[in-house]
Amino acid sequence: MNNKKQLLKGNYAIAQAAIEAGCQSYFGYPITPQSEIGEYLSTKMPELGRAYVAAESEVAAINMVLGAGSTGVKAMTSSSSCAVALMQEGLSFIAGDEIPCVLVSVMRGGPGLGYIYPSQGDYYQATKGGGNGDYKIVTYAPSSVQECIDLTYKCFHVSQKYRTPVCLLADGMIGQTMEPAVIGHYPYDEIDQSDWALDGAKDRKPRFIASIEREQETLRKRVVKIFEKYNKILENENIFEKYETEGAKLVITAFGSIARIAKAAVKMARKNGLKVGLFRPILVNPFPEKIVAEIAQKVDGILDIELNCGQMLQDIKASIAGAASIPVKFYGRPAGVMMTVEEIYKQIENVYKEIVEKKYGTACI
Amino acid sequence: MGRIVLNRDRCKACYLCMDTCPKKVLEPDTTVNKLGYYPVKVSNEKECIGCAMCAKVCPDIAIEKVYR
Amino acid sequence: MEQLVYNKPDSIKEDFKISFCPGCDHGIAVKLVAEVLDELNVREKTIGIASVGCSVFSYDFFNVDIVESPHGRSMAVATGVKRSKPDKVVFTYQGDGDLASIGIGETIHAMTRGEKVTAICINNTTYGMTGGQAGPTTLIGQVTTTTTKGRNPEIAGYPIKICEVLKELDGTAFVARVSVDSPAAITNAKKCIKKAFEAQLKGLGTGFVEILATCPTNWKMTPQQAHERVRGEMSEVFKPGIYKDRVSEAQ
Repeated sequence: MNNKKQLLKGNYAIAQAAIEAGCQSYFGYPITPQSEIGEYLSTKMPELGRAYVAAESEVAAINMVLGAGSTGVKAMTSSSSCAVALMQEGLSFIAGDEIPCVLVSVMRGGPGLGYIYPSQGDYYQATKGGGNGDYKIVTYAPSSVQECIDLTYKCFHVSQKYRTPVCLLADGMIGQTMEPAVIGHYPYDEIDQSDWALDGAKDRKPRFIASIEREQETLRKRVVKIFEKYNKILENENIFEKYETEGAKLVITAFGSIARIAKAAVKMARKNGLKVGLFRPILVNPFPEKIVAEIAQKVDGILDIELNCGQMLQDIKASIAGAASIPVKFYGRPAGVMMTVEEIYKQIENVYKEIVEKKYGTACI
Repeated sequence: MGRIVLNRDRCKACYLCMDTCPKKVLEPDTTVNKLGYYPVKVSNEKECIGCAMCAKVCPDIAIEKVYR
Repeated sequence: MEQLVYNKPDSIKEDFKISFCPGCDHGIAVKLVAEVLDELNVREKTIGIASVGCSVFSYDFFNVDIVESPHGRSMAVATGVKRSKPDKVVFTYQGDGDLASIGIGETIHAMTRGEKVTAICINNTTYGMTGGQAGPTTLIGQVTTTTTKGRNPEIAGYPIKICEVLKELDGTAFVARVSVDSPAAITNAKKCIKKAFEAQLKGLGTGFVEILATCPTNWKMTPQQAHERVRGEMSEVFKPGIYKDRVSEAQ
């Protein structure tokens, strides 16, 4: 069954992948468009003798994750937008405590309550964080149901390997999409957590997991050490997709759900003779600045497409600053009707005309 | 007969032990400890009955052991 | 032959540091919890939750594994630990601000779920660590740095009676309010703390003990005067006693 292609909904795929990954404890509070994750796990986890707790709030849920993670087990919560907002305090503590855990964030649209439309408005929330202090939430953004599975595995692995919270950043479209995918098996080796996790001070000194640090220099060193982990993660755990970027004059940057629509538009553009490529970061935090800079040095322009008012756009601009002086255009929509392939193609065509044809004339097309 | 083991450098001079001791075995010292307090000292050990009430009320675990 | 009649509990570290102010009852409460862990022989399988406030420094003295919780979230953290490691003994050590103000939601729901953990709450009617502001348990008329003319219920409402609230929850198995202002009170407090742990060990539900405690520094009293206050006006409002005892019923 695991190796067979099945028609799966994104949210269920994430939930089943969490089980396959060996998630021992799940805590959550319902919120659309990710409620299926909690529903699925509420039945499956007890059947497997694992922990499922319907938390009284997302504030409680993330702190249950903190407690569970401190014992070294694989722990997870899932939520969305305004409720992930409630978890920011806990996430800051978890990052400071260096506790491994996975957060699945299935974005809604709009600030406040907004609505359940597909949106990527929580890119900042995930990658810039709302909690206090110097820390990052390592974030992977899937753009298909298959990636929901593969990246759930990756999230657990990276969180356990580096003892850090990791976020799977999906949106309502991916969470609700049904498409064929293979659950497979957790492809990573188990990582021993016994040298730091809490299990009772038997035949050893007691352990203390905390973010508090009263000594100035030790506090500084601790934060520096945490940031060294992010560098290692970027070096060793970076995933991205490059499509037709070789020889491209214009590169589209996009992540998550909108990237697959953008890819279809890029294909259309290539068919029509436009030298266009796509760069899709899958690890979006820490952000792959170097790769974006390298791409920027070879192209005449970048068109960033997002389902928001321009959030990853700032990371793109920061990445190419000093490396290339090319125009970075943006096309976005905060929420509501999903962009179509034709709509994106139209934008590509316009920007291509404006940047590339102006520079080389139509002859180069 | 009783005896207490007092770590004078843990004492913060709240004197709850002094007030509790039924035999008035303890009194404030005249020199300060490492923390800068005038800790209690055993001034009248032969009266100590080893009831351990001083240790019980000590919030700083400065009275570490009591013998009887 | 001389006999050892009192010894520092093993559940207090050898190189412990009690970071509380002189005469603060926190120290006595900590010691009692440690003594109970020793007596129940569970030190090596205990995981403590350190909350925010004066109780955050639990790791300075408890000789057990400890995880720090964000302010008020100790019972949620405890839930996560216990559900992941059901064979461990889990306790929180919290102040009244942590447990009954910012964390009242987590407290009530964890105890409604009947999480098999033990919660110890120090009620000293003030926010001690931040300098003596009015908290959820500040008495009517009590002067603090934020109720300079005394707590006025028209403005600041009423003190919350923690045990009276928690005893109503179906998930709690032991609920008691004690004080530690005298050797006799300390003996009683220890018995109750022990029962609060037994509630967990026997799988009956949440064990809870509220300890009426002094804050001599912020009350601007001597430790002795502070204990007088505990016996007097504090005990009048927060009546000591056992509010619920399923541990004895189960025996």
